[in-house]
Amino acid sequence: MPVAFHSIEETRAGLVGAGYLAGDSTALVSFLAQRLGKPVLVEGPAGVGKTELAKALSRATGRELVRLQCYEGLDEAKALYEWNYKKQLLRIQVEASDAGWREVRDDIFGEEFLLPRPLLSAISSEQPVVLLIDEIDKTDQEFEAMLLEVLSDFQVSIPELGVVEAKTHPLVLLTSNNSRELTEALKRRCLYLWLDYPGPERELEIVRLHAPALSEDMARKLVEVVQMVRNLDLRKPPSIAESIDWARALLLLGAEDIDAETLRSTMSIIIKHRTDLDLVTDRVGVKLTDGLVGSRQAG
Amino acid sequence: MASSGPAKPGRPGRANPALYGGMPAARSARGMAPRLLEFADELRREGMAVGSSELLDAFAALEAVAWTDRESFREALSATLAKSHEDRRLLELIFDRFFFRAVEREAVERGVKEGVSGEGGEERIDLGALRERIRGALRHPRGSDGELRDLARLAISAFGRQGEGSGVIGVDVQRIRRTLGLKGEQAGAELPDPESVPRDRLREFEGHVRRELERALIERTESLPPARPLRDFDRALPTGAAQDLAAVHRVVAQLRRRLATQGRETRGRSRSPAVDVRRTMRLSLQTGGVPIELRYRPRRPRRPELYVLCDVSTSVTSASVFFLSVLHALHDSFRKLRSFVFVERISEVTDVFERERSFEGVSRAIAGDAGVADVSGYTDYGRVWLEFLEQVTDDLDPRSSVIVLGDARTNGREPHAEVFARVAERAGRTFWMNPEPRLYWNYGDSVMAAYERYCDGVFECWTTKQLEGFVNAIADLRPVASRPR
Repeated sequence: MPVAFHSIEETRAGLVGAGYLAGDSTALVSFLAQRLGKPVLVEGPAGVGKTELAKALSRATGRELVRLQCYEGLDEAKALYEWNYKKQLLRIQVEASDAGWREVRDDIFGEEFLLPRPLLSAISSEQPVVLLIDEIDKTDQEFEAMLLEVLSDFQVSIPELGVVEAKTHPLVLLTSNNSRELTEALKRRCLYLWLDYPGPERELEIVRLHAPALSEDMARKLVEVVQMVRNLDLRKPPSIAESIDWARALLLLGAEDIDAETLRSTMSIIIKHRTDLDLVTDRVGVKLTDGLVGSRQAG
Repeated sequence: MASSGPAKPGRPGRANPALYGGMPAARSARGMAPRLLEFADELRREGMAVGSSELLDAFAALEAVAWTDRESFREALSATLAKSHEDRRLLELIFDRFFFRAVEREAVERGVKEGVSGEGGEERIDLGALRERIRGALRHPRGSDGELRDLARLAISAFGRQGEGSGVIGVDVQRIRRTLGLKGEQAGAELPDPESVPRDRLREFEGHVRRELERALIERTESLPPARPLRDFDRALPTGAAQDLAAVHRVVAQLRRRLATQGRETRGRSRSPAVDVRRTMRLSLQTGGVPIELRYRPRRPRRPELYVLCDVSTSVTSASVFFLSVLHALHDSFRKLRSFVFVERISEVTDVFERERSFEGVSRAIAGDAGVADVSGYTDYGRVWLEFLEQVTDDLDPRSSVIVLGDARTNGREPHAEVFARVAERAGRTFWMNPEPRLYWNYGDSVMAAYERYCDGVFECWTTKQLEGFVNAIADLRPVASRPR
C-alpha cells in the first residue's frame, strides 16, 4: 500500500529503510516532490546513486517503479503509446462484411487497441507509481518537448481518443549526466537536485549499511582509499556502488587489511580502465605501502 | 537566525535611504514575501534566470518545509530556484550574503545592539589556549557552526581591537589568522604538518571572522556597505588541475554530440526517407502480403570526420598545454580524427595519440620527439597549409570539419591565405580557435583577418568556459546545408 511522507525526517527515515542514506537536500527534495507533485531533475556525476534514488523511493513509498530508459532516437511510439494494428486488422477482418465502416472505426481506435508504453502506463495506473525517466540528456530536444505535457499536466493527448488524464499522481524523477544542456522549459517544470559524491563520513555510513560485516577500521580505510582515488584524474572515477561492491568482495576474500597487495588484486572492482589501473597503482599503492593511509583517522 | 522571519509588529524603520546600500527604500516592506522577491531580484542581477513560475514553486515549497530551520530553508530555495550546479553554488553565496544583510538591516532599523563583548568583560584571554581550542574545533570534521562563530568572536576580541581594525576587513581577517598561527593543509604534501588544519574548515572559520567583523562595522557605522556583485573568482566552482582536464573532456564529449547530430538537423529532416524494401516485405507477411506498414531505412547520423591542426610553437606555449588537452580529449571521443601539430612544418600525430593513452605520455612524446615537430622554430602558416593540403588532399571532403588551434602569427612570412581558402573550400566546415584575446588579433604579425573570412567561425579560446562557448556556437551555426557540394 502506498505510503505518503509527512515530513522531511519521515522521508529520510523511509529512504534509510529502503537502503538509501539520503543527504539533507536529497531528503528535502524527495519530500517536496511528493508534496508539491513536481517532477525532480536529478543531476550529478555517474555513479552517485541517481537511479538508485528512484528505486529507493519506490521501495520506501510502496509504489511500483515504471522506468523509461532514454536513448538517442527514442520516440513517442516507444515512450507513450502505439496502436496495436495487428489486433485492429483482425477486428476489421472479423467484421469485414456486415459492419459499416463508421462503427468499426469507432471500435478500433479504443483503449482496447492501445499499447501503453511507460509514460502512458505510469499516468494511467490505478495505484500511484514512481516514474523514472533515466538519462534524459540522451534523447533529442523534440522528445523533451513531448515530455512537457506529461510532466506539467500529467496528461497525454491521443488524437483519436482525446486526452488521457492521470488517475493518480506519479512521483517523477528525471536523471541526467549533463552530456547535453536541457531546455529551459523542461527545467522550469522540475525541482532540481544535484547529487555529488558523498563526503568520507557519509560514504562510510553507506558502506557500513550495505556491508555491515566489514569491520569499522577496514571500512574507514576503504573509504579513504576510494576518496583518494576519486581525487586522481581518472577516466572513470569509482562510483558508490563500486565501493560497496569492493567492500563485499573484501569480505568474501576474508581480507584482514587493505594493503598494496590487496589493492592490486582487487582494484579491478573499482577501476575500469587500463590506464586508470596504472595510475592508481602508482599513486595510491605507494601510499598504502608506506602506511600513510589509515594512520590519520578522521575525527 | 538568518531567515528574515514573518511580519512582526514593530515600530516602522527609520527612513534613511542611505541605509540600504542603494536599494530603494520602498522595498523595505516587512514580511517574508517581499524579502524573497528582493532575494530573487538579487539572483537575477547575478545572472540567474528566475522566473515567476520558479518563485511560485519556492513559495509552495516553503509552505511544506519548516523555514525556521536555516538549512531546509536554503535547500528549499535552491531546489526550486536553481536549475544547475552552477546556479546552486551562486544561490548559496548570495543566500549567505543577502540574509546576513537583511538581518543586519533589520537590527539597525530597530536599533538593536549587542552587548559589546570582550571590552573589559574578559580581562585577558589566554592566547595559547584559544589557539588550541580553535585548532581542535577546525580539525573536528563536524564541528557545529555556532561553536565556530563563538570562537571567531573570541578571536576578534582577543586580537582585533574591536571596531578599530585596519578598516579593510580582508586585511584584518588575514592578520587574525596569522596571529593564531593557522595554516591550511598543503595539498599533496607527503607528511601532514601537525600544525595545519583542513583547508575548507579554515576557510569556513575565516568566513565567520569576516562576518563578525562586518557585523561590528555595521553596528558602529549604523549603515550597510553597498552590495557588490560577486567576483568571478568566488562564483567559479572549485577546481583543481586534474579537474580541468576532466572539464575539457566533458566539453569535448558535448562537442561530439553536436557534431554528430548537426548534419541530420541541418538537412531539414527530409520528409521522404528511403523505404527499406526487404524489411517492409518481411513485415507484410503478417498482413497477408499487403505492405500496410512501411519500414524505412534508419537515417544514420553521419560520422564526423575531424582534422585538427594545433600550433605548438613557443608563441603559444601557455595555450598549447590547453590545446593538447583538447586534442587529447578529442581523440578519446572521435574515432575518425586526424590530428596534426605544426610549427615551421606540419606533422601528423594521430598515431602518437593512439599509442599513448595518458596525457603526460602524449605531451612528452610531442615535446621530446624531434621527429614530430621542431618546437624551437618559428611558425610558418603558409607552408603549413601547403603541406597540409598535400597530405590530405584526397581525404578532405564536405563531410569533414577542420579545426585550427593557433594564434595566426606568421612571423612575417607569407600567409598563403589562398591555400587556406582551398582547404576551407574542400572541407565542410572550418573553425579557428585563437588563444589570444580578440583585441590582439591583427596586431603585429597576426594575420587573423586574412584567414577569418574563409572560416565558418572564429573563436577566442583559452579556457574551458570559452571552449564551451565554441561548442554552443557551432551548434547554432548552420552553414553546411546551404554550402554547395
